[in-house]
Amino acid sequence: MSPAFGIYLHWPFCLSKCPYCDFNSHVAAGIDQARWRRALLAELEHFHAASAGRTVTSIFFGGGTPSLMDPATAAALLERIAALWPLADDVEITLEANPGTIDADRFRDFRAAGIGRLSMGLQALDDEALRFLGRRHDVAQAVRAVTLARAIFPRISFDLIYARPGQDSDRWRNELGQALALAADHLSLYQLTVEPGTAFHPAHQRGDFQLPDDDEAARLFDLTQEMCDAAGLPAYEISNHARPGAECRHNLLYWQGDDYLGIGPGAHGRLRDPTDPSGPVRALRQCKSPGGWLERVDRDGHGTEEILTLSRLERLEELVMMGLRLSEGIDGRRFAAHMGRALEEALDPAGLALMRAEGMVAWSGPFLRATPRGRLLLNQVIAALLPHGA
Amino acid sequence: MTDLKHIRNFAIIAHIDHGKSTLADRLIQKCGGIEEREMREQILDSMDIERERGITIKAQTVRLAYQARNGETYQLNLMDTPGHVDFAYEVSRSLAACEGSLLVVDASQGVEAQTLANVYQAIDNNHEIVPVLNKIDLPAAEPERVKQQIEDVIGLDTSNAVMISAKTGIGIEDVLEALCARLPPPEGDADLPLQALLVDSWYDSYLGVVNLVRVKNGVMRKGQKIRMMATGASYQVDSVGYFTPKMVQVEALYPGEMGFMQASIKAVADCQVGDTITDERRPAETALPGFKPNVPVVFCGLFPVDAADFEDLRESLAKLRLNDASFEYEAETSAALGFGFRCGFLGLLHLEIIQERLEREFNLDLITTAPSVVYRIYLTNGEELHLHNPADMPEVTKIEKIEEPWIKATIMVPDEYLGPILQLCTERRGQQLDLTYAGNRAMLVYKLPLNEIVFDFYDRLKSISRGYASFDYELDSYAESDLVKVSIMVNAEPVDALAFIAHKSQAEARGRSICTRLKELIPRQMFQIAIQAAIGGRIVARESISALRKDVLAKCYGGDISRKRKLLEKQKEGKKRMRQFGKVEIPQSAFLAALKMGDN
Repeated sequence: MSPAFGIYLHWPFCLSKCPYCDFNSHVAAGIDQARWRRALLAELEHFHAASAGRTVTSIFFGGGTPSLMDPATAAALLERIAALWPLADDVEITLEANPGTIDADRFRDFRAAGIGRLSMGLQALDDEALRFLGRRHDVAQAVRAVTLARAIFPRISFDLIYARPGQDSDRWRNELGQALALAADHLSLYQLTVEPGTAFHPAHQRGDFQLPDDDEAARLFDLTQEMCDAAGLPAYEISNHARPGAECRHNLLYWQGDDYLGIGPGAHGRLRDPTDPSGPVRALRQCKSPGGWLERVDRDGHGTEEILTLSRLERLEELVMMGLRLSEGIDGRRFAAHMGRALEEALDPAGLALMRAEGMVAWSGPFLRATPRGRLLLNQVIAALLPHGA
Repeated sequence: MTDLKHIRNFAIIAHIDHGKSTLADRLIQKCGGIEEREMREQILDSMDIERERGITIKAQTVRLAYQARNGETYQLNLMDTPGHVDFAYEVSRSLAACEGSLLVVDASQGVEAQTLANVYQAIDNNHEIVPVLNKIDLPAAEPERVKQQIEDVIGLDTSNAVMISAKTGIGIEDVLEALCARLPPPEGDADLPLQALLVDSWYDSYLGVVNLVRVKNGVMRKGQKIRMMATGASYQVDSVGYFTPKMVQVEALYPGEMGFMQASIKAVADCQVGDTITDERRPAETALPGFKPNVPVVFCGLFPVDAADFEDLRESLAKLRLNDASFEYEAETSAALGFGFRCGFLGLLHLEIIQERLEREFNLDLITTAPSVVYRIYLTNGEELHLHNPADMPEVTKIEKIEEPWIKATIMVPDEYLGPILQLCTERRGQQLDLTYAGNRAMLVYKLPLNEIVFDFYDRLKSISRGYASFDYELDSYAESDLVKVSIMVNAEPVDALAFIAHKSQAEARGRSICTRLKELIPRQMFQIAIQAAIGGRIVARESISALRKDVLAKCYGGDISRKRKLLEKQKEGKKRMRQFGKVEIPQSAFLAALKMGDN
């Protein structure tokens, strides 16, 4: 099996901006699909040199709303990727989609272009909540879209946002029950977070709505684990649930510290020399604004705005911060291969001892994982485990 | 050399805001000591803090030349004195250098407690006192009532009180005339061996140590070899002169005169204020009567917020001490606050001023622990201990008895506020010594434990009386008391910086109030936090902060990683300002806030 290597492609446009969303998404009229296609292809070409010979194990079209992309553009990008890099036999190719932006014909075109996995932004199964979240679809459309997608794509997933204002355990139990009945083999269940820079942020500060307190949020989280476990979709990450084997391989790259290319405005990448897996990691960031990115690509052939070589401490921080999100935890063998030293030696010894004694983390063979209690307090656990004074 | 008959040395006694500095400004102006264009308000208050707070901390002196109505020219030496109780020792020194005083009273406010203490000192020094009623131009002025009050409370004849408005300049000349006509000239003999009183010393960053002197007998000349009679140290005089308030050098200072003297003295600490300066070759036989040394009575810990500032704090304290030998400091370590210093002050205002100067002039961010007084602890093994820091209290079983300092407090207040103030004094274990009325103002004299005063007495007094009460105190005596140490514990570990000593009757309530406050101040963490107050081994109050249930990011993907990592690094940076208590880390800011509020 070849080491995991993924390509992320960012389509930065949406029909409207949702009030909770802090992703790099923009509402624009008259998008020049042909120009965007050329620019994304150009960046792929550009990055080929730095990652020549690597086998691509996953491709992810994210956004924004990449299902607004012309299916022919997706086809052209996938074609070019296949021409530039060898593809793994079981390469996973995901497209994010909104229920309202898809019709049966486009579904079939995306499938024909090579998309094997569809990830849909349902966000709620409650019309009032969908309006609160600024979504353009209703529950009926969402159910139709999922049913259709199940018939066309081999793998599908959808997202829900819970712990919404006024959402108590009973209401969430009911909604999650419907979701589990609708789900195939993968679900992403996020608690609502109000991020700076979103429309929700000033509204929340003003007191227009209130989020459940941390005790209530913890109860909702526990209920979620319980129901998903019972339905055979246990959590494999804080907010992600799948039947064993159906985990999103692309997202696993992030949590396991593997390499990926970030193509398109605002995309991030992590790259190391393929011949030196425990060597330096470069963190790349593409220009965030769509217009600025296009200009750069036209001028330079790529939109990279920043390349940083991560310090060893930063790499350690990323591996711990991301790895403990997974239910299986951090694989000590993988860690040693990345960092050239043992996991237990890299962590703060007193912090590790305390977190173990308090039942926040536990060893399970070579894996260091957060316990169910520790996962709910992961920010604190990570802070305790990382070396102090560094 | 000015004939003694034409010299007048005087001090000004006044309550804060009664117009002492403005009057001084006017006197200087009238005598042409300074050009109109150089004039600024409160010319004698050179420190920023003095100007801002409208108070005088260090004594200052200025020489004025005044041509009186009788045609003669007089040398008037004005000694500006601090008005606050903490600096009473500076007042006593200033008064000892003068023959008379102006007692300045606001014609609308009347006599205040601090004025009383200072005027009694002036009477003790055999001063001729000239009552001056200021602000007579104000609509609220009641000069006749205030005159009556001065007669009733102080017992001074006010029939020839001078009526002025320092602000508008009314009556300034009358003040100058009264000084010339009514104050006695100084006595002294230029032919006798030199005897000069060392009134004050300060450190000037350009000039080094400057000494303020009053020549009693003999002559002090530039180039003269002098000797400090108490310390025995000898110096050569580099320069002598006086202030106008600008420094003016002269060849010599003669009997009856005040002025400055500079020699190659390195630190203020080398000069013992109250010492007598004499001629090295022809010394005087006896020294002049000196002053009581100042002993710090209030102590607290000063810690840098950022541990890296510790050395800066040490240097800054040393620099301040160059100019103010009245405060003490020694290094101290606290589990809760890290490395710092235990410092002793003359009073709460002194403490505040030093703290403010450190923060402002030396740019330090400081934590101040709750002020404590000096307890005398008699141990069962016969030893006696002076306890400055509650954290150092010996075990109860080793203690025979504890004594605490008591003060004699004078409070003056409009009678409508008398009830609540009596109640406050009772709550604070006060013993009433006297209660008298002058007009609608009551004068209360109480014996109170000093530790009740440093707690928050002054703030409470001010708020109860809406700012109308005035307060002054002098140290009285030590007395045995039923005192206990209250320890505050977080997860069973004592927080040394929050320990305090209190009378048994109040210990529990104060312990409870700190626990409640900490509960509000300490953020929830992944473990439950127990906060307790204990007296000896007995827990008298407890609070608990329940464990945080959820603190995790919902989403974290490729684009988020760098941003979230930076958040994490910020969180770790914050941890540097945390203090570890068992498995719990408490932000230092929580202790700081608890200490700040250590008073309600």
